[in-house]
Amino acid sequence: MTTTQTITHTGRIGDSAQRPDGTLKVTGQFAYSSDLWMDGMLWGATLRSPHPSARIRSVDIGPALAVPGVHAVLTKDDVPGLNAYGLDHADQPVLAADVVRYQGEPVALVAADHPETARLAAERIVVDYEPLPPVTDAMLAVGHISWDTPGQTGVPRVHPEGNLVRHVKIRKGDPDPQADVVITGEYEVGMQDQAFLGPESGLAVPAEDGGVDLYVATQWLHVDQRQICIALGLGPEKVRLTLAGVGGAFGGREDLSMHVHACLLALHTGKPVKIVYNRTESFLGHVHRHPARMRYQHGVLRDGTIVYVRASIYLDGGAYTSSTPAVVANAGTMGIGPYDVPNVRVDCYGAFTNNPPCGAMRGFGTVQAAFAYEAQLDRIAAELGLDPVDIRCRNAMREGSRMTTGQLVDSAAPVDELLRRVQALPLPPPVDPTQLDLREQPGGVSNTTHGEGVRRGVGYAVAFKNVGFSEGFDDYSTARVRLEVVGGEPVVTVHTAAAEVGQGLTTVIQQIVRTELGVENVVLAPADTQIGNGGSTSASRQTYVTGGAVKAACELVRGEVFDIAQTCYGRAVRDLHLVDGKVISPAEGGIGSLADLLIGTPVERTIEWRHRPTYPLDPETGRADAHVQYAFAAHRAVVDVDTELGLVKVVALDCVQDVGKAINPQAVRGQIYGGALQGLGLALMEEIVTTDGIVRNASFTDYLIPTVLDAPPMQVEILEYADPHAPYGLRGVGEPPTISAGPAILAALRNATGLPLTRIPVRPEHLIGSVGR
Amino acid sequence: MRITCTVNGQTHQADDVWEGESLLYLLRERLGLPGSKNACEQGECGSCTVFMDDETVCACLVAAGQAEGREIRTIEGLSEGDRLHPIQQAFVETGAVQCGFCTPGLLIQVADLLRNNANPTDLEIREALAGNLCRCTGYEQIIEAVRLAAARIHPTGEFAR
Ligand code: FES
Ligand code: FES
Repeated sequence: MTTTQTITHTGRIGDSAQRPDGTLKVTGQFAYSSDLWMDGMLWGATLRSPHPSARIRSVDIGPALAVPGVHAVLTKDDVPGLNAYGLDHADQPVLAADVVRYQGEPVALVAADHPETARLAAERIVVDYEPLPPVTDAMLAVGHISWDTPGQTGVPRVHPEGNLVRHVKIRKGDPDPQADVVITGEYEVGMQDQAFLGPESGLAVPAEDGGVDLYVATQWLHVDQRQICIALGLGPEKVRLTLAGVGGAFGGREDLSMHVHACLLALHTGKPVKIVYNRTESFLGHVHRHPARMRYQHGVLRDGTIVYVRASIYLDGGAYTSSTPAVVANAGTMGIGPYDVPNVRVDCYGAFTNNPPCGAMRGFGTVQAAFAYEAQLDRIAAELGLDPVDIRCRNAMREGSRMTTGQLVDSAAPVDELLRRVQALPLPPPVDPTQLDLREQPGGVSNTTHGEGVRRGVGYAVAFKNVGFSEGFDDYSTARVRLEVVGGEPVVTVHTAAAEVGQGLTTVIQQIVRTELGVENVVLAPADTQIGNGGSTSASRQTYVTGGAVKAACELVRGEVFDIAQTCYGRAVRDLHLVDGKVISPAEGGIGSLADLLIGTPVERTIEWRHRPTYPLDPETGRADAHVQYAFAAHRAVVDVDTELGLVKVVALDCVQDVGKAINPQAVRGQIYGGALQGLGLALMEEIVTTDGIVRNASFTDYLIPTVLDAPPMQVEILEYADPHAPYGLRGVGEPPTISAGPAILAALRNATGLPLTRIPVRPEHLIGSVGR
Repeated sequence: MRITCTVNGQTHQADDVWEGESLLYLLRERLGLPGSKNACEQGECGSCTVFMDDETVCACLVAAGQAEGREIRTIEGLSEGDRLHPIQQAFVETGAVQCGFCTPGLLIQVADLLRNNANPTDLEIREALAGNLCRCTGYEQIIEAVRLAAARIHPTGEFAR
């Protein structure tokens, strides 16, 4: 678990270098968090609340303790530290105390010698609940009887301080602007799940010093460590985390899941304890994308110029805070899309309810808004008889525009170019639907149509997303870079705590080192808490921030090597370079080889690297330089719709994205393909369905994610307009395609059917017009 | 109960196996072969796909007892020694692996496809892989990998049986 990997694949910035973990992953040798195993380890299981809201009258663990093979049964009384955790605000109990606030809330833990024994024993725990009526409507929860209208809703408080997590107000320009045409629409977004394939899991190992070592799949080791320490009542030197193999994340691993539970059981039993969620537990055990209800009003001139936007956005945060405050800020500040609009009023609310807790998911607040604002743009185009791409280009944000927050957009914002380019990509050839292979029909081999009633539609959407953490957050990463000579060959070792979750950060780090230090052999030390904070693998930020830290550390190492080289050379030499293990100067040739210069003396530098500062939003107007950087993508979708059955086949989903600098073009494409397909999922099929706070479909049988049959061919074009503020000019990549793909599909569906389609995911009944949407 | 089966050419025996245990549990937790993955344990994702005799199965849906006397081939047995199988090589090269959790199951399924169809069309590839979920890649580079592997294994497009 603590071995390092030696890397032989080469590749520098701009190359499609191969993953350092690729061979391990294709041979089944890569150790994911669910694969960990230790002699004598126990298995942990979690008892969860069946009720979305209830008082706990009593808990009887006796019957569970009596099960042979059980080593421990723990409840809230066994939490030694503070029984609360949370990313933003510690309001979520490690184990429920007097109340439960959502279905699936952990109540008790069991450790046993077999996972089934642990699960069976957990079921034997007797909890006496007094069920309470759940709060399930976000608008009513915050005390609004209708859009932005406070009134008596009579809704109980989920937390003593009330149900409003945050209200972000954006006020820009004239509060009472005049327009020729006013378009108003109401929209709804269902609750999406990250559905990473690797279940929540990890192994906690008690240590002789009374501490614990936790091997876990996560997005952010140090924020986990902080929360675990508080819950265990231990200092950070006693709680050591190491990243285990991560089977995808997409936001769903930013919050704790089994972390504290496994540590509690390990410390209590004195044995290593492994916890692995099954799929149902995974659906209940992590935060989801916030469902949203939104009302938008656009005032426009006859030529299509947008004069004003007013928006009200209600995001259901579920039972606990998680990252809702930041999601609300994103939906608020980016709520009108990448458009230049002089007069804006946005109110965005985050609510507590007894629905499943919601937090981070790829796109983080912008996905919901994009569905609404892009639908509005298409309606405006239709109303005015304008082309949907033209109207977007007419209002497009560009470099030099001001955000709704007043922030200057001070690097490339090629919104119109992205749209024009995606429009210019070749379309799939028009077909006679009755001539298509069955597998290419909506409904596929279910044999629901041979082309009768099938109509094709084309739609466009463009979106943007902030990169990095915003609103004054101290967002940094730590990197240690060591250059040494081993066996006559230069080797670089890089240590960070940044989480590789599949996206390819480890590949990018190697590329940066090879580029900066001219050394091929780059070893990555395991990500752990022995080094400083690497920040979160989220907000499309790791290549920017941890990449920036590694680059900066390399520059310090290089400077030191040049000093050594000049000392050995006997005098100062200008314009030195480090190439293929040698220090050279164009004027004087070779100055020395690393093998000679560094005998026995490694050069090592550790650095904390920060992007430029951001600032908090003004609470009344939202004015602030709140974000670090913006990233843009445009999509065009082509769909075939069976208008009789409401089934959809996405025929093409093409994307143009500006990435500033494609550090690894193959990995960039992978992010765009994968991100777009998650957008397709939300548009067409993915929804956690709840009734009165109870999840109805916590399995892959009932919660559908796109298969390869749902995935369309995707053309991708990558633009590289450097951002002068960012390392190598790069922009975050992972999120924009998830934001623009879904709205483009919806636009195409509207184009095919003529229906307004104001809710996602779209259901067949919406597409045959039998439901008024 | 005691189970004896062949896995990747070697005979394995496991004692004290519960009736309720799956082949996947047997492989991962009793035989020390965690390469086959456990993304759903409900037969919905394909991440646990292995060969049982000559057919691909979801190991999570097969009771451990059903493996008695059978021949199992898992991801750990796909490469020949240190050399990657051409399908594995193609997955690495095309970027078909991100988090990689779907990869072991997909590789087995692709091996099965290319054994039976030397030169599959894109539609045939999609049909063959429809039971294998991947959440990271959008499948585009996976399809690229299958095309590349097919071309390398059977340059003429013909499968030598
Ligand atoms: S784990 Fe077997 S099909 Fe998902
Ligand atoms: S690569 Fe992550 S699920 Fe396929």
